[in-house]
Amino acid sequence: MIRLEPRQQHSQAMIYLSPIIAIILTLISGLVIFSLFGKNPVTALYTFFVMPLTTVYSLTELLVKATPLILIGVGLSIGFRANVWNIGAEGQLTLGAIFGGGLAIWFHDSESIFLLPAMIIFGAVGGMLYGAIPAFLRTRYGVNEILTSLMLTYVATLLLSFLVTGPWRDPGGYNFPESRTFSEAGMMPIILEESRLHFGSILALFAVIGGWVLMGKSLIGFQLKVVGLAPSAAKHVGFIENKLIWFSLLVGGGLAGIAGVSEVAGPIGQLLPSVSPGYGFTAIIVAFLGRLHPVGVVFAGLVMALTYIGGETAQIEIGTPAAVTGLFQGILLFFLLASDVLTSYRVRFGKPQAARGGAS
Amino acid sequence: MNGMDWIVPVVMTVITASTPLVFAALGELVTEKSGVLNLGVEGMMLVGAVSAFAVASSTGSGSLGIIAGAVAGAMMAAVFGWLTLNLLANQVATGLALTIFGVGFSALIGSGFVGFAIEPLPKLDVPGLSEIPLIGPLVFGQDFLVYLSFAAVFAVAWFLKHSHGGMVLRAVGESHESAHAIGYNVIGIRYLATMFGGAMSGLGGAYLSLSYTPMWAENMTSGRGWIALALVVFATWRPGRLILGAYMFGGITILQLNAQGLGLDVPSQLMSMLPYLATIVVLVLISRDQTKIRLSAPASLGQPFRPAH
Repeated sequence: MIRLEPRQQHSQAMIYLSPIIAIILTLISGLVIFSLFGKNPVTALYTFFVMPLTTVYSLTELLVKATPLILIGVGLSIGFRANVWNIGAEGQLTLGAIFGGGLAIWFHDSESIFLLPAMIIFGAVGGMLYGAIPAFLRTRYGVNEILTSLMLTYVATLLLSFLVTGPWRDPGGYNFPESRTFSEAGMMPIILEESRLHFGSILALFAVIGGWVLMGKSLIGFQLKVVGLAPSAAKHVGFIENKLIWFSLLVGGGLAGIAGVSEVAGPIGQLLPSVSPGYGFTAIIVAFLGRLHPVGVVFAGLVMALTYIGGETAQIEIGTPAAVTGLFQGILLFFLLASDVLTSYRVRFGKPQAARGGAS
Repeated sequence: MNGMDWIVPVVMTVITASTPLVFAALGELVTEKSGVLNLGVEGMMLVGAVSAFAVASSTGSGSLGIIAGAVAGAMMAAVFGWLTLNLLANQVATGLALTIFGVGFSALIGSGFVGFAIEPLPKLDVPGLSEIPLIGPLVFGQDFLVYLSFAAVFAVAWFLKHSHGGMVLRAVGESHESAHAIGYNVIGIRYLATMFGGAMSGLGGAYLSLSYTPMWAENMTSGRGWIALALVVFATWRPGRLILGAYMFGGITILQLNAQGLGLDVPSQLMSMLPYLATIVVLVLISRDQTKIRLSAPASLGQPFRPAH
């Protein structure tokens, strides 16, 4: 008989081993999945997970895709620590794209060096305002932030679609549902020649450092940890709980908003009906895989970016459906949650021992 | 009579828009009554929808499709059960994982079925009765799943309130420690309730892909699984209120589809926001009375349970 026996304290080693176990198990299930599709599993796995790492250009693409994931992942990991479940980052990203992109469309003939900084600030504000709605409803009326932040994501996507098919449609765009392209001054500068790597990656780096300092050195970082570890203690000090809800959703929303600007002013260069292939949702996995720690989020962001690029590579090279990416992401999160059990429990075989010294 | 002709088609469409919500929300209600919070409804609906469509279009049998949808939903729920009930993983995180997985998995299975068409589920057609004005088509002209959804609401309401099994289920959801002490198998009962929820979500998905829009499209549930979760809170965990809520949302969906016809010149995207905004409004209204929520919510909802001996 297999039993779970609680550990005296969380196993530090397992906290770091668990993501590695999860990745290995995901790769093994990849072998099975590709075989089911009638592909040579070793070739397919190589194409998916190794080939994107073999050229300089695809390595830079990895960073391009990891940028929004890391930006959002840092923000989400702050909230998840305090059990604030913001799952509407995709909507906050979209609002950031609308706010920042709207500025670029409004000043489409501007050459000012202030345009891009203003767009980034606008994007952050857009994301924060959108995060503020679930924060307000949770702290004022006790409405669950999971459902509200997710409902708002659908609203944001529809709003963007309305804007690019209606008021913000490119007047010279032959009725395509897209905005005019941003001027040079409204674009993220490219930071590496011959690539799409842009200034947004620097912003992500700042977010990681900021998140790290916040978690390790500040009072609010300490409070976040306390609330996450002992939710019942936090209930007794309600005002701290409310403060942390606001803080988590504003920071999470703001960073997702910056990710939105960074996408539309980076690789995209205009507003389209869809500006993200689900980065806001994938960033949830990034936060967990990165152990809710800003530095861990960097590694996790790169791993998840690889699933996007690997999916594209495999689609072109061996003809697997694009949806394989989403499948791998889901499986990875399952395995992660399963192996996380080992951080707080030991697996024991055989019958339970007699209770020792009053502990029962 | 001619002035009333619009009523039948409008009510018919409200019924079709509400039925998937009834299934999914009712299943989740039973799951939550046992103390388990499964946020993966959207994922289970999607996998149910794609399985039902794949089986129905391959075999030509709608009935096999319905069964496939329910079984697929229950299998998804079993994975959730294994992670949260046996491995004690966090229910919120696992529910999100189930949805993320379901979106990807359904898109993968469905990639071979995009653009396929099938015959929608047949409507019950009782000679004579179906021709009665108004009542005929509404009462006697629906497909099997619509009748099943109503039957399920009554069955669940009766089960929870009057049966011994329902009492045990509620006891497990209220206090797993006491239920365990009395000798009930908490984990086994929660597995059953969770898998029932999954099967019902699968049926909701099957209704979408076999009847509502007889086709498969990625993400075709478009948030209905999440709206179903909100409906359970709105209904304060009572089946009777739940069906009212589901029909209200069905009505809002149809209002949005028919706005142009009613002469409302509002862009379609803004009208499409209605169900999502309505969900938020409804949640605010119901959550203002926190005492009521606290009294009606199962006390052990979302709490992990590890038998001490």
